[in-house]
Amino acid sequence: MIEKLLLSFLFCGAVCLIAQVILDNTKLTPGHITSIFVIIGALLDTFSIYDVIVEKVGGGAMVPITSFGHQLIHGGLQQAQGMGVFGLVMGMFDLTASGISAAIIFSFFLTLIFKPRN
Amino acid sequence: MVIKMINKKYDNIVEKHKPTETRSKNALVAFLIGGVVGLIGEGLIQLYCCLWHVSRTVSSVYMIITLIFLAALFTALGFFDKWVNFARCGLLIPITGFSHSMMSAALEYKKEGPIYGIGSNAFKLAGSVIVYGVVSAWTFGVIRLLIGGSLL
Repeated sequence: MIEKLLLSFLFCGAVCLIAQVILDNTKLTPGHITSIFVIIGALLDTFSIYDVIVEKVGGGAMVPITSFGHQLIHGGLQQAQGMGVFGLVMGMFDLTASGISAAIIFSFFLTLIFKPRN
Repeated sequence: MVIKMINKKYDNIVEKHKPTETRSKNALVAFLIGGVVGLIGEGLIQLYCCLWHVSRTVSSVYMIITLIFLAALFTALGFFDKWVNFARCGLLIPITGFSHSMMSAALEYKKEGPIYGIGSNAFKLAGSVIVYGVVSAWTFGVIRLLIGGSLL
């Protein structure tokens, strides 16, 4: 329990640290970096490395944007077991659907309620 | 003349040392804030597990939704932008950054109407993450299937 909390702090902090170092030392914008990190997450899960990290670290590995890429390919590969390439397309959003739907719903209704600041 | 030269030298030295200091400070802040967000994520998973007796998988979905909601709400209330300016990647790399970018784009284009404003601009910033995520996930998935030998 406590060990997972500590590992979550260290892992999520380390990912953010790497991103910040890239942001400060190159001309890349946050948009570039989040896209790159999603690709890295998908790449790490191609050979099930990210699964091991999630198993060990827990929530700290699910919070960074790398886990978005991981969940995309993970859902795709789950469906692809029986369906092949078409399963890859069908199952792509299986695991991330909740996050994307929630983000759309919350931002829509909150936009209706609140006014833009500054 | 000499004082001017000394001043110039001094300015050069200041110039040399200033950026690295802010850089290391930025990195430290990003590490601490990002770490705290990760800590909150794992803490929420354990809390929901105990509170509602659900499995870890379900609990992690609740955790993601909670973080997305909080980031969207704080952006709408106006003070999340200041936090992001301070913490930079500490808040942009976790899922809060995804929610923040959607919420701020939707708010910014609200005045252009519900369809061409909110509807078409909500994914203005967050869209790149989804596009590159899907493209790379599909490409790597095909590679994995080719290697694994179960393409069809």
